[in-house]
Amino acid sequence: MKYVDEYRDPEGARRLAESIRKLVTRPWSIMEVCGGQTHSILRFAIDEILPPEVTLIHGPGCPVCVTPIEILDKALAIAAREEVIFCSFGDMLRVPGSEKDLFTVKSEGGDVRIVYSPMDALTLARQNPDREVVFFAVGFETTAPANALAVAQAAKLGLKNFSILVSHVLVPPAIEAIMTSPNCRVQGFLAAGHVCAIMGTSQYEPLTAKFGVPIVVTGFEPIDILHGIEMCLRQLEEGRAEVENQYARSVRPEGNPIAIKQIEEVFEISSRKWRGIGEIPRSGLKLSAAYEVFDAATRFGVEQLTADEPAECIAGEVLQGHKKPHECSAFGVQCTPERPLGAPMVSSEGACAAYYRYRRHRPE
Amino acid sequence: MPEDFNLSCPRPLDRHDTIQMAHGGGGRMMQRLIDGVFVSAFAGTETRAALHDSTVLDPGGARVAFTTDTFVVNPLFFPGGDIGKLAVCGTVNDLAMSGAEPKWLSAAVVLEEGLPVASLEEIVRSMQRTAEEAGVRIVTGDTKVVDRGKGDGIFINTSGIGLVPEGIDIRPERVQSGDAVVVSGDLGRHGIAIMSVREGLEFEGALESDCDCLGDLVAAMRAVGPELHCLRDLTRGGLAAALNEIAGAAQVGVELDEASVPVAAQVAGACEMLGLDPFYVANEGRLVAIVSSEAAESLVEIMRSHPGAPQPAIIGRVCGEHAGCVELHGQLGGRRILDLLSGEQMPRIC
Repeated sequence: MKYVDEYRDPEGARRLAESIRKLVTRPWSIMEVCGGQTHSILRFAIDEILPPEVTLIHGPGCPVCVTPIEILDKALAIAAREEVIFCSFGDMLRVPGSEKDLFTVKSEGGDVRIVYSPMDALTLARQNPDREVVFFAVGFETTAPANALAVAQAAKLGLKNFSILVSHVLVPPAIEAIMTSPNCRVQGFLAAGHVCAIMGTSQYEPLTAKFGVPIVVTGFEPIDILHGIEMCLRQLEEGRAEVENQYARSVRPEGNPIAIKQIEEVFEISSRKWRGIGEIPRSGLKLSAAYEVFDAATRFGVEQLTADEPAECIAGEVLQGHKKPHECSAFGVQCTPERPLGAPMVSSEGACAAYYRYRRHRPE
Repeated sequence: MPEDFNLSCPRPLDRHDTIQMAHGGGGRMMQRLIDGVFVSAFAGTETRAALHDSTVLDPGGARVAFTTDTFVVNPLFFPGGDIGKLAVCGTVNDLAMSGAEPKWLSAAVVLEEGLPVASLEEIVRSMQRTAEEAGVRIVTGDTKVVDRGKGDGIFINTSGIGLVPEGIDIRPERVQSGDAVVVSGDLGRHGIAIMSVREGLEFEGALESDCDCLGDLVAAMRAVGPELHCLRDLTRGGLAAALNEIAGAAQVGVELDEASVPVAAQVAGACEMLGLDPFYVANEGRLVAIVSSEAAESLVEIMRSHPGAPQPAIIGRVCGEHAGCVELHGQLGGRRILDLLSGEQMPRIC
């Protein structure tokens, strides 16, 4: 398959692994920010072909995983209402709230539907004028433009029965939070390629300057990831800390100006709670004043709802890279994909799910 | 009395374009539906006999294989098949996987009020055509009607009886360390074809379901004799589910070479886009065979000359380690587990 096969070429991967082996003179810890990269690393067992000096730390870049439990409880409360058609991407349906998940609400009679795009939810709203259609707007900068577009369209069409439950988070503040956490081990970052395809690379310059860490914008295929690791290690070995772009085939330094404009029109920066990490200032998006009538939390009166994370789940430590999933005492015992304690065990991008799915029978 | 006043007794309609509750009521309408749609399609001496309470069959002293399966699918008609074809193929394939020659099927349908009779007729014709091609007879059946909104158009249950030829012993317990794992064709066509129509996803070029009866293919494969240890058709859960079941039942490990597993470019592309893994996507016309390593090449040769196996390939081996577990050897040299999923695969956010 074009644009995939060439980035999974075994010979190319071997050459990169060899180059990394020659490059490395001492131990280094690199965090891949994005959950999509974590899954690629485990699916293709990329960490197994790296020299032992290189440790990969799995970062917080899984939108499902960092969604706090109280947002899930809000989603469940809204989805259970009789007048609501609740639309979500598929991988949010199994994520547990305090007591149940969206699948349970569906089985209890809630109208919960899987969609592939917020525009599908918009179509449902037009087709069902007597129902309230709510879209669960979860994600990083990657999904924000499409969600913003859906809201702008709804406003243009004068749709009164469409709203979104916003849980948007941003990558740069998360990197800042990780670097300022007291026991941070991260020495370099692979930034998420698709986030940068939207936002560009300039937001990362202040971070390299402030913390002296190299940040390499990296793609998602094995060759991309190995190449990103190689670029990051070269900076570390040479004592440089710069923003470099491995994923130049998708990412331009200025990002996608049209998408950025769309985000800025509909959303504004706000503080957000992150699952397991807590509140990070200016780390997310909320609907701007002109569009706040589309806010589902206000429309259905759930904005005050709060909830605490289960105490036995160490998602926060996993998401900040302090612990690997299998170092959790609940891993594979009390916490499995069938009965997850936290979102990282559910999401297709979650680090715990990746370890459970690909590595369970081989304890390290 | 006004002159244009005509007294007439309202006669009930005797022909309907859609299924009515009365089609399941045990009266004349039900009789007419059964005679007009089912008996006329499945006609044969046994089917006539089935209008009594049961059909009497004569297996002639052979060992009997017996299976049942229920079919629900949305949409009822999809590229490469329909629920009727699926219902016959599914049960025929289950019989074939124990090495049996499929012989007789039952067909029980639950109809939803409002289903167009034309759709029902098309589904029944498809069942008959598929049964004829597979060399099985539909010899008994049942019809029920449920209120609109309580069914998905039509649900079909088929049970099947097959006869196991002398000397055939195909089951998971015969799987041994060292055996080869052979697949009959590329993975994931059915699941992606259904998804493309159900979710309105459009892919370049038409992708058809692999829905097919495998009885004839298995009859050809039996030529390798007792070296053929186990067969499994790939349905929900795909290759991953089938191999996990075999590994669990036989308490062996299975190792697969990722590069040797056939996946069509369209399926691979759709999976990449949706965040699905083709190893878990449903098939309806593919099988996996576990065969002694000595007989593997000749089995693949036999399969290659049969239209039921479009792309036969040796994809891995059975081993004595990690019993109950399927391991995938990736193209980059790493290994990972091919585990059962906890539920359905869910398309991801980004």
